[in-house]
Amino acid sequence: MIKPRWVLLMASVGAMLFLYAPVFLLIIFSFNASPMSVRWEGLSFQWYLQLLGDHALFEATQNSLLIALTSTVCAVIMGTGAAMVLERRAVRGVRFLNAALVLPLVIPEILMGVSLLLFFVMIQVPLGLITVMIGHIAFNLPLVILVIRMRLRKLDPLLEEAARDLGASAWQTFRWVTLPLLRPAIIGSALMAFTISLDDFVVTFFTAGPGATTLPLKVFSMIKTGITPEINALSAVLVMVSMALIGLALILQGKPIRQKIEGSYQG
Amino acid sequence: MVMFGISFATRGIYGGVEWIFSWNNYIRLADPLYGNIYLRSFLFAGLTTLMCLVLGFPLAYAIARAPQRWQPLLFILVLIPFWTNFLVRTYAWFFILRADGLINSMFMGMGVISEPLEILYTDLAVFIGLVYGYLPFMVVPLVIVIERIPRTLEEAAKDLYATAWSTVWRVILPLSKPGIIGGCVLVFIPTLGAFITPYLLGGGRSMLLGTLIQQEFLVIRDWPFGAAISFVLMGMVLLALLVTRKHAEMVGPS
Repeated sequence: MIKPRWVLLMASVGAMLFLYAPVFLLIIFSFNASPMSVRWEGLSFQWYLQLLGDHALFEATQNSLLIALTSTVCAVIMGTGAAMVLERRAVRGVRFLNAALVLPLVIPEILMGVSLLLFFVMIQVPLGLITVMIGHIAFNLPLVILVIRMRLRKLDPLLEEAARDLGASAWQTFRWVTLPLLRPAIIGSALMAFTISLDDFVVTFFTAGPGATTLPLKVFSMIKTGITPEINALSAVLVMVSMALIGLALILQGKPIRQKIEGSYQG
Repeated sequence: MVMFGISFATRGIYGGVEWIFSWNNYIRLADPLYGNIYLRSFLFAGLTTLMCLVLGFPLAYAIARAPQRWQPLLFILVLIPFWTNFLVRTYAWFFILRADGLINSMFMGMGVISEPLEILYTDLAVFIGLVYGYLPFMVVPLVIVIERIPRTLEEAAKDLYATAWSTVWRVILPLSKPGIIGGCVLVFIPTLGAFITPYLLGGGRSMLLGTLIQQEFLVIRDWPFGAAISFVLMGMVLLALLVTRKHAEMVGPS
């Protein structure tokens, strides 16, 4: 009989391979000189050079970064405020608000995209960069609120009370006591919001109008319209960039990795 | 703000563009054509969830019981796909499955087949893509739960002459129930409304709820009907959440 340990090991290695092999193959073949087939015809950087010369791609990247940056900043500011109010004030209908805030995190993305589309059409806002930004704020906001609320709940309320007793105004207390304590949660949620926004396709797809092509939209149309090796290179770049970002985030946080992950997973 | 958007989706149903109240859209939904798509989506989501569980459980168990030194690294390896662009990950399969893709060239090179197999743009491709896309959602909650099961329990089972298999089957599996349920919800719900995978890997031939909604909205432009479909999907999601809520809470914020 085969030892259970081996079965377990094989199964895990198999699952890991399943998870990683496709993306790695894609990266390897993005350096392939041959334009179409999977036959290896030598190392080449030509597709990468082609990427550099693609003006539309440059524009899409710009849009993506702009949208990600704006929506992250807005979501973090609004989210911190909302989290403070929800945690520190007695708000009527908290239960309803809680449910309303969890809902966007669990429903399939397409519902979010469709609702936003209907909403924008109904209030007659032309679709464009602005609507995409609002859409991204909409899905990032609940996430930011969640992360910051969890952090707020762990803070000792005595610290804030002590500040007030020592004569600090409400604003001073927030600025000099609460905010510094919240910093890890704020940075963490901002990084999450930024990456999610940068990667988002579904919501963008439904809320984008002419002139608001983002990087994922560009990738999508490239996949749809025909396979050019250029997209292999682009995909490889995107994968490597996101891996680099994760590495950077983990190093910046400097916290035990495990803790960080469990924190971010709660989203 | 988000709820605003959602409430508008529901309102759109009652007449949408023309603002005439009617149940017609819901009556149309009962059409076997659409019923079929609901059923297919359910089936796809269910099978994907099951497959993710089968593939994910051993991996989660192995990670949870890995030597302390390796654990964080292994855990991160499962998480990286979360931050990798979903489109790119789906495209990677394009590359493998298409007629002149990796699998076909490999098999033809070995002389196993003479004609390329048609895998891309079939249900099989969609299924593979879905499992691949949502596997991490299953593994992460499982690892967190299994890790909290004290190792001593396994040792006790062994002392009582349980084989390795029965230890897993009768000790670990029941104790990781909250993780299993949590993981299943996390896989089932997004796959129910999945759009990218069936659209790209199914090539329009594999119609699921996500692609149907997209079509109603962006191609046919029958918004009230699209809203009706979305609303029913929403109802299904909420139902799934309610059913599993009690258990799912145990995996949530600890």
